[in-house]
Amino acid sequence: MALISDEVVTQLKQEFAALKEPVRLAVFSQALADPESEQVKRLVEELGQVDPKIAVEAYNFVLDKEKAESMGIKRIPAIAILGQEKDYGIRMYGLPSGYEFGTLVQAIVDVSSGDSGLSPETRAALKEMKTPVHFQVFSTPT
Amino acid sequence: MESDAITADGVEVTGYPDLARRYRVSSVPKTVVGETHEFVGAAPEGMVLKHLQEAVQPAEAPKPEVEP
Repeated sequence: MALISDEVVTQLKQEFAALKEPVRLAVFSQALADPESEQVKRLVEELGQVDPKIAVEAYNFVLDKEKAESMGIKRIPAIAILGQEKDYGIRMYGLPSGYEFGTLVQAIVDVSSGDSGLSPETRAALKEMKTPVHFQVFSTPT
Repeated sequence: MESDAITADGVEVTGYPDLARRYRVSSVPKTVVGETHEFVGAAPEGMVLKHLQEAVQPAEAPKPEVEP
């Protein structure tokens, strides 16, 4: 049975119709160590079937250790939302259900457009920033 | 997306109790900026930027001149 219902797929098709550039979703899971991480892999694979602009790359956290390290993935389940060439450093950890599913969809739309949607003032301030800063937003299932 | 220096994780914290402990996540959404700044709940764009600028300030502030 599909994780994403037909009704939601219909909504997603409309949402993704506006996608500009291709997006890559790299999902890291490991069935033996974390059976639940396979759910995330399935979810991402179903997302990849919704629109041809979304490409899915599924990696095994243990077998593809070097890939995980190169993307800074230290725990699973993890999803990296990547542009065709560009990695903006956006990651989601855990199963994106409820409100967080919407966050994932928005991240796909943003990465595809290459547009953060931020104000000109904020963009200007961010351009000046040279020190690496890592944001972590913690949530619980809704 | 506007700066290569900035990366962002969304973490569904029930799966990562070690992170919940490390960052003392008791109410959500909780945002941790760098390792030094944090806020709970939604914040307007300007407020997030302010947290970000404060988080980097020690590194980007000019070093105090040392008296000879």
